[in-house]
Amino acid sequence: MENQAGENQAGENQAANWPDDVYAVFKSQGIQQLVYVPDAGHARLIELAIADPDMQATALTTEEEGIALLAGAWLGGQRGVLLMQSSGVGNCINMLSLTNTCRFPLLTLVTMRGEWAEFNPWQAPMSKATQSSLENMGVQCFRLEDQAEVAQTVDAVATQVFAGDQAAAILLGQKLIGKKEWSR
Amino acid sequence: MTDMIRPFGTLDRREVVAELLRDREDLLLVTGLGSPTYDAAAVEDHHANFYLWGAMGGAALMGLGLALAQPSRPVLVITGDGEQLMGLGGLATIAVKKPANLSIVVLDNGHYGETGMQTSHTGYGLKLPEVATACGFAESVEIEEMPGVEHLRGQLHGNAPGPRFASVRIAPTSPERILPSRDGVRIKNRFRDHLGPF
Repeated sequence: MENQAGENQAGENQAANWPDDVYAVFKSQGIQQLVYVPDAGHARLIELAIADPDMQATALTTEEEGIALLAGAWLGGQRGVLLMQSSGVGNCINMLSLTNTCRFPLLTLVTMRGEWAEFNPWQAPMSKATQSSLENMGVQCFRLEDQAEVAQTVDAVATQVFAGDQAAAILLGQKLIGKKEWSR
Repeated sequence: MTDMIRPFGTLDRREVVAELLRDREDLLLVTGLGSPTYDAAAVEDHHANFYLWGAMGGAALMGLGLALAQPSRPVLVITGDGEQLMGLGGLATIAVKKPANLSIVVLDNGHYGETGMQTSHTGYGLKLPEVATACGFAESVEIEEMPGVEHLRGQLHGNAPGPRFASVRIAPTSPERILPSRDGVRIKNRFRDHLGPF
């Protein structure tokens, strides 16, 4: 039992470091551009990208910029990833015509808001529409609720995306990210 | 058009684009949807051209991603005023990243030429070069005469760091449409094959 408890402890520690593990996957997958509109759930990844001299980290004013930017990066021979929250998916819809029509690879990590223990109802409508909107524009979705699965899923999906010119989003459930803490 | 408060530009858009692409060497080009795509195709269907036929507001950002990936090559985006107006925030994103090899040229006729020549915000008086300056572009100019275009063409291949922005005041004409391929997969792969192998 002790041994089992010890393993669980180790497993939890590993899971808690999921952003670091995901960043290591970005590097091993040859990703050189990381573009983002911030979300608390992406904070660690953004921090790692900014600190990495071999990663172009680009802050966007709106998420659709990232769709076009990463298409340009691919034209120039580089792989990239877009980080955003679920509300940002709505901003991307028409720009995904570019991804779809030209079969550009697209890898995006979407942190979900508007669901698990969400305090702010304004997040709910786009949250409910996130997956269907992406799928309507030809982006395959992989939804995760368990931190332990994130890095391996990013690795598997990145291979599909960049080796096969596919568009895919990994939706990180709000339960996985953790309840947003509100203070006043 | 009576509500247009700025007078029309006078430059011929095809002459402007032909000058910008003269002796282009290793220059990489992205064109915004509509007439800029036709203007570039009218010069030459070059393998280092990527033509947008949609994705309005995305041309300058495609240029940014390309410029960051290929820092040793000049990257030029030629687009229209309406296309750039849809992606104004992108000018802020570009200015923050400061890609030295990126130039954004807006062919500004103050109108939405593809949809019936309705007046655009630049036609109503908005000055895109001032927006680019406020965002933090290294250089931002308005060009009304051909010598200015010739100077700009030299800058595209020069050493002065960008990003640079230029609004070229063209006449509101619709010359013959020279239509390049609309097969985005083909144009994408042609571009990468030309630049790569990756």
